[in-house]
Amino acid sequence: MLLIRCPYCEEERPELEFRNAGEAHIARSVNIAGETDDDFEKFFFIRSNPKGIIYERWRHMHGCARFFNAVRDTVTDKFVMTYKAGEPKPSKLPGVAK
Amino acid sequence: MAKAAASKTAPAASPSVERRPALAGRSTAATGVKVEVLPSAERISLRAPEASVAALSKALGVTLPKKPKTSASKGKRTALWLGPDEWLVIDEAGNDPLADCAGVAALHSAVGISHRNIAIAVTGAGAAATINAGCPQDLSLDAFPVGAASRTILGKAEIVVLRTAVDAFRVECWRSFSDYVFTFLSEGSRDAAV
Repeated sequence: MLLIRCPYCEEERPELEFRNAGEAHIARSVNIAGETDDDFEKFFFIRSNPKGIIYERWRHMHGCARFFNAVRDTVTDKFVMTYKAGEPKPSKLPGVAK
Repeated sequence: MAKAAASKTAPAASPSVERRPALAGRSTAATGVKVEVLPSAERISLRAPEASVAALSKALGVTLPKKPKTSASKGKRTALWLGPDEWLVIDEAGNDPLADCAGVAALHSAVGISHRNIAIAVTGAGAAATINAGCPQDLSLDAFPVGAASRTILGKAEIVVLRTAVDAFRVECWRSFSDYVFTFLSEGSRDAAV
């Protein structure tokens, strides 16, 4: 079982307590009604789906119930790090060669 | 028809207001583990921002814990940290914490959930092993000391676990899940006893 560190509970918890909530850092337009169809499609449907490092939202559903962000490697399925919702994308990832 | 109906207007039985708690009094025992349903208690789900915590703690008579996975208790009242702005307050003496919160002017949301939850006590040397039959959290004394509390999962149901003593846990679950949770713990206790 994967252990995921919840930044609010400040410890590693078993994966069964968590839910994935899609890609992180997708900003909703402040003028959503004025969006063109193409821009709305990009915002709403198009996800990066990379091979390697991905930034995701996760929710500690059966714990503190908070959303937070996580950096995960889609190849190894390993979590690189997690950080609180609202915090910017980490500029440096521990243990990841760039 | 009308006449017949009129003649049948015997004094209707007054609607029953008797409370029937789920699983009342059920218990099961295996070697070294006892699983029993606890008597009903008053509970609230409390959500409040940082600025209101002091006022609410004063009104409730118990200091709301701010550290993850902890609880605080005074007398028969216990406050369990569930999230950064969320607590479960349990009063076993019958004093409704909802009434205590009513006079607090500071921003908060207190919802009475006394009847929503059922509490199950798991006690004995195999208590941790019993809960671990379906709960993936580390319940060793190092990771989950006496007084530690956490919302987590047991099998397919969400539970709140509070360690009340070295070998005693209080498991809170939703009323509608109580049959499942109790049965799960009973099965777990048999495995833990082996």
